[in-house]
Amino acid sequence: MYRYDAFDQRMIDERVAQFRDQTRRFLAGELSEDEFRPLRLQNGLYIQRYAPMLRVAVPYGMLSSQQLRMLAHIGRKYDKGYGHFTTRQNIQFNWPQLEDVPDILAELARVEMHAIQTSGNCIRNITSDHFAGVAADELVDPRPYCELFRQWSTLHPEFAYLPRKFKIAVSGSEVDRAATLVHDIGVHAVRDASGEVGFRVLAGGGLGRTPIVGHVLREFLPREEVLNYFDAILRVYNRFGRRDNKYKARIKILVKEMTLEVFRAHVEAEWERLKGGPGCVPDAEIERLTSFFDAPAYDVLPGEDAGLRAAIADNRAFANWVKRNVFAHKVPGYAAVTLSLKKTGVPPGDATSDQMDTVADLADAYSFGELRVSHEQNLIFADVKQDALLALWGELKELGFATPNIGLLTDIICCPGGDFCSLANAKSIPIAQAIQQRFADLDYLYDLGEIALNISGCMNACGHHHVGNIGVLGVDKNGEEWYQVSIGGDQGLRATLGKVIGPSFAAREMPDVVERLIEVFVERRREDERFVDTVRRLGVEPFKERVYAAAH
Amino acid sequence: MPQLIRDRALAADAWTLLRTAASFAELPENGSVIVPLALWTQQREALSGRGHVGVLLAPTDDPATLADDIAALPLIAVDFPQFTDGRGYSTARLLREKYAFRGELRAVGDVLRDQLRCLAASGFDAFALRGDRDAQEALKHLDDFSDSYQSTVPQPVPYFSRRDAFATPTREAKTA
Repeated sequence: MYRYDAFDQRMIDERVAQFRDQTRRFLAGELSEDEFRPLRLQNGLYIQRYAPMLRVAVPYGMLSSQQLRMLAHIGRKYDKGYGHFTTRQNIQFNWPQLEDVPDILAELARVEMHAIQTSGNCIRNITSDHFAGVAADELVDPRPYCELFRQWSTLHPEFAYLPRKFKIAVSGSEVDRAATLVHDIGVHAVRDASGEVGFRVLAGGGLGRTPIVGHVLREFLPREEVLNYFDAILRVYNRFGRRDNKYKARIKILVKEMTLEVFRAHVEAEWERLKGGPGCVPDAEIERLTSFFDAPAYDVLPGEDAGLRAAIADNRAFANWVKRNVFAHKVPGYAAVTLSLKKTGVPPGDATSDQMDTVADLADAYSFGELRVSHEQNLIFADVKQDALLALWGELKELGFATPNIGLLTDIICCPGGDFCSLANAKSIPIAQAIQQRFADLDYLYDLGEIALNISGCMNACGHHHVGNIGVLGVDKNGEEWYQVSIGGDQGLRATLGKVIGPSFAAREMPDVVERLIEVFVERRREDERFVDTVRRLGVEPFKERVYAAAH
Repeated sequence: MPQLIRDRALAADAWTLLRTAASFAELPENGSVIVPLALWTQQREALSGRGHVGVLLAPTDDPATLADDIAALPLIAVDFPQFTDGRGYSTARLLREKYAFRGELRAVGDVLRDQLRCLAASGFDAFALRGDRDAQEALKHLDDFSDSYQSTVPQPVPYFSRRDAFATPTREAKTA
């Protein structure tokens, strides 16, 4: 993975010093609450319901075991011994003290980590495919470009005070595992007919109050021009994006109000002026960045491990785990493993400091000392030998990270919700747990196949409810917590926004509501049809009828 | 106590900012004045004849309006009604890079020390600090960061094109 050079380290260290001074002035009363707020948000620090929340960047989801040990240490020393992995591949700590944050940042800087732009109206952490570099369907490894974009966006002086937050996701494979269609900018690394790498650039997607699927702005952008083109997009957005209403301030609203054609014309005109200028990325820099992501020292192995085949035949529980949590690798004899952070009874995405330390040790033992965070809030070991899977499974079971439910109904994406977040209208974690408890029967879950259930505690849609096959949104009705349900949403290249089925439900009704939706699916599905495909084929009506007939 | 930073030093301010001036008649007979863009576009000839006139751009003003006046204007001020309104950064960048403005580019309004580094990198060389703030203290924040990754107005070449290829360890070099 990428390692800082002296320049990168200096930028991070200077950011720590700057924030230390800003925090000191705030605590001394020299900076008002209003003046400090944007400054702390640009460093990932929220003032939450009970305490500050610090969101630490995990650039494009890549972590070393050393970095994970530091996160474990921070959870232990400054928090209550745990952290929460987020839907943007970051990690957040819910209980640090404001006065401690500069020290936390200084500790993070020692392992080349930071909290820069994990919040605020600026360019946020770049996210990507958690199987980057190992997926068989990959066209281009997106990580060197993610790092290029990370550096470009870090402390960009012109775009520190945008109309609203700005999220960029990058994919380099045929299948989009990075939800690029619902980001402010989605980037697909592709190759042209001559094999040259370039980018398909999408803009104007996003979730939140007004969910919109992104539009292709440019089919092929030469790679050396990518930062010039980003500057052009951001400049148009910074100048013309709405600032009168924060709910209409995202780029998706600008593109919609301006029309895609006019927006594109503005961007292209600005790019025309920048094209070929000093912002072009030299090949040498791309080669330098690429060198950090060279394949690790893989052993030469047969394609399929005989021992693994025997173990699968022999052990049904292990076979289930392999089926759900192990992903094919492009290198013979290797596999990518998802550690499920979705055990029933544990808030989705949470890990204790002790678990993090153990995961770090396992990453060293099984996966070249590296791991990834997925936007589904799980952890990934990308490079595990197939003949080590059985042993790793045993270790992960001990740890509580071997729940064989990846992609299934209980692999719920869930924001922290009203238990922690001051923006939330409603709690989300207890809803996730109630649903997980209702669907505890693994055999039944396997029969149901892939179902993405996503829960957000408010319109901000951190739980990506719009693109859940089943989406749950917490709403406030006269001070009470209610839940609106949508179905038919999907992520990936066929990204679709779910349709609301009708009036919202009380928390206690939610497991029943999901069960009724599943009943209709089970009765009407054709062979191995996925839930979302059944919804596409039948429409919302039959599901709606069943749910409301039972409820009233 | 001067509230103006110009060319990285405290400076006396010879300019009077007339935010609401709507007609030529409201201007003092002598002295340097900064007038709103609307007045400038209405009475461009009279104002050019008077001399010692700079123009104030609001966040929504298009710098293209001044394209023909760039060479003649000694000063352009860009207003930040709230420091969180970042449009002025792009306005500055366009004035410097697209319209090649070489005069004094001054940030006015809710100008605070924590934004100076970004303002300077976007092309401002003068900063009228908000009245209640210590400009001397603010001055040092121009150096909060020793460099930038990006192309900036003072340093158009991004860091990646200034990097000394021989001084940069690749992964192989680091682990060797």
